[in-house]
Amino acid sequence: MSAIMPPAQRVWWKQPLDRAEGAWILIAFAWCMVMFFMMPYWHVYGKQNLSSETYRTTPEQFAKKAQAMVDQHTVRVETEQKIPVVKPPVGSDVYLIARLWQWWPMLELEQGKSYRLHLTAMDYQHGFSLQPENINIQVIPGYEHVVTVTPNRAGTYAILCNEFCGIGHHTMVSRLYVK
Amino acid sequence: MATTALFRACPRTGLQFHRSAETLIKANAVAAVLALLLGGVLALLILLTRWQAVHLVGANDFYLILTAHGLDMLVVWIIFFEIAILYFCSSTLLKTRLATPRLAWLGFALMVIGTLTFNAAIFSGQATVMMTSYVPMPAHPGFYLGLILFAVGALIGCFVFLGTLIVARNEKTYEGSIPLVTFGALTACIIAVFTIASGAIILIPTFLWSIGYVKHIDPIMYRTIWWAFGHSSQQINVSAHIAVWYAIAAIVFGAKPMSERVSRSAFFLYILFLQLASAHHLLSDPGLSTEWKVFNTSYAMYLAVLASMIHGLTVPGAIEVAQREKGYTRGLFEWIRRAPWGNPVFSGMFISLVGFGFLGGISGVMMGTEQLNMLIHNTIYVPGHFHATVVIGTTLAFMALTYFLIPTLFQREMINPGLAKWQPYLFGFGMGVFTLAMMGAGTLGVPRRHWDITFAGNPLAYEFPGTAWLMLGVMGVSGVVAVIGGALYLYITVGSLLWGKRLPGGGYSTERSVLRMPVASAMTGHGHAGFAAPGTFVFALIFLTAFVLYYFVNWKYLSTVWGLS
Repeated sequence: MSAIMPPAQRVWWKQPLDRAEGAWILIAFAWCMVMFFMMPYWHVYGKQNLSSETYRTTPEQFAKKAQAMVDQHTVRVETEQKIPVVKPPVGSDVYLIARLWQWWPMLELEQGKSYRLHLTAMDYQHGFSLQPENINIQVIPGYEHVVTVTPNRAGTYAILCNEFCGIGHHTMVSRLYVK
Repeated sequence: MATTALFRACPRTGLQFHRSAETLIKANAVAAVLALLLGGVLALLILLTRWQAVHLVGANDFYLILTAHGLDMLVVWIIFFEIAILYFCSSTLLKTRLATPRLAWLGFALMVIGTLTFNAAIFSGQATVMMTSYVPMPAHPGFYLGLILFAVGALIGCFVFLGTLIVARNEKTYEGSIPLVTFGALTACIIAVFTIASGAIILIPTFLWSIGYVKHIDPIMYRTIWWAFGHSSQQINVSAHIAVWYAIAAIVFGAKPMSERVSRSAFFLYILFLQLASAHHLLSDPGLSTEWKVFNTSYAMYLAVLASMIHGLTVPGAIEVAQREKGYTRGLFEWIRRAPWGNPVFSGMFISLVGFGFLGGISGVMMGTEQLNMLIHNTIYVPGHFHATVVIGTTLAFMALTYFLIPTLFQREMINPGLAKWQPYLFGFGMGVFTLAMMGAGTLGVPRRHWDITFAGNPLAYEFPGTAWLMLGVMGVSGVVAVIGGALYLYITVGSLLWGKRLPGGGYSTERSVLRMPVASAMTGHGHAGFAAPGTFVFALIFLTAFVLYYFVNWKYLSTVWGLS
């Protein structure tokens, strides 16, 4: 009889649908399909898809590769902590370390060119958050995530940490230059 | 056994309470409200800290409080209340005795002990890991242990509910199928069993890791299984509060479902697909394939979203039909204009429904889209979204139900009904603006779980745009309004229990009663292939338009950011 009582008709599943309900179900279903197919569509025709290329790694392995890049391609150092600013060759593998509570090193990229950005965390989980672009990627220890990035605008960007990583979490911020 | 069970029939509604069930429902509801009180105080402190212009508490305290707030609200308040709902929907609605009340009390005790245990770990400062406690960040073993105890207690509650359904069936306390509301509660219960099992599968090894018996917990595995617990528990809430919507529509209007078949099928879709939502939190993660993300995040091609869109039509649709049958037939919208907007049971439920759909639903689907997720992952947009679903949706629906339960279950007259009239509006609109402001700030990149977006003292500090600051200010003001609304709820409910005038409750006997609510005079048989709810249909189209526009605006925005592949 009502929603808090057993259905009045024993065979309630044979009751005909109201047309308002039927029409809405069809419309909603069509919309659900549109939303579903937008994702594969964007993988084919869109230019912003997160790569799933991932490798296992250790802090030592990754630090070694990052250090090699820093040794070869540092163009200057910034801040009192002397954080190296690296200008890697176009199209090369670029390594960015997330650790308590710093992104290391800083990067200088060229507009319109692509780079293979490798991300990992040395200790806890961190969150790569590129501002003001607002691209956000989870960074997980033990896994090396390779994302091909193509900066489309010149400028000075910030990289924040947006995964809670302990008491210094809110001080974890770095810079990225696109020229 | 059954013949000696004692029942009390509420003289106002005819609802029938089995004595053991009644005490358990009360105990669980009271525990829930106490958790809401603690969580609410913490909410205010967090709010006044993230409102950067006020920036009240220090970083250490902020992260500690945020951890406690998440668990005490999202887990303790909501699950205690849901256990109360499960007992109500089984024992009371099926007019049957509650199965194994002693086990139910054991479950209750475990939940209380669990709550105290993990809160002790958090407030001792040794478990500031956020409610997600992502490995390898360690917490005190008491933190995981408390959660496990709580989960086991809740699981016992679920099985007591299932047992009660079986008792009712065996003792033939009802004819035909269980009521739709009970079916919704059953959906919530099935999802809860899955959810709690996932929680156990990940939290037990993590507990062993915290005391040194397990060497390594893989962080991706942890995230995948933890979120099968963390997100699915929100699906329990969705099922439970939608059951509450249907219940309130029935209680206030005598509304019956437009079609049992449609509403039950929609709940059934939840059972099949809603648990896949673990993926929503992993879309911007490494290590998972694109195909896995796309399939899971869309709940298998959005069939669970379809279910929510159906409930979004059928709940107000049922109200419209009931109102039209009472004669409010003028135009498309007389039925809604003439609804009892001064009755907090109705207004709370309706604000919950609209807020859940427009704010929580649309934002949830946007952020659950594989590529779009990158635009908001871990920003303050995320808490913006889930405050719309869990606070406006679930909490407000539970608040509305409480106003019905005070006279019926607790047999007290509500104190200050004039204030109660305003409470859902203050709370609902406060939260509505609060969540919108958070989503706005998140769209501008403001991170969640972050103590200081000025990055004070760091030479590399990033300066957020002025609009982001404005959004945080709006969030602060509207958040305070919502907290006042929440405080009113606590004042009215606790006050009514303490000082409210006692109402005659009806004596206990072994007799069964007949329902005396508006439903008794309810109509029979609609769903006659007409077009019974045109007003609701128009609302639904407005909703769809907002949905489509917002969805594609975000794709447009995505197309302008850096190339990623």
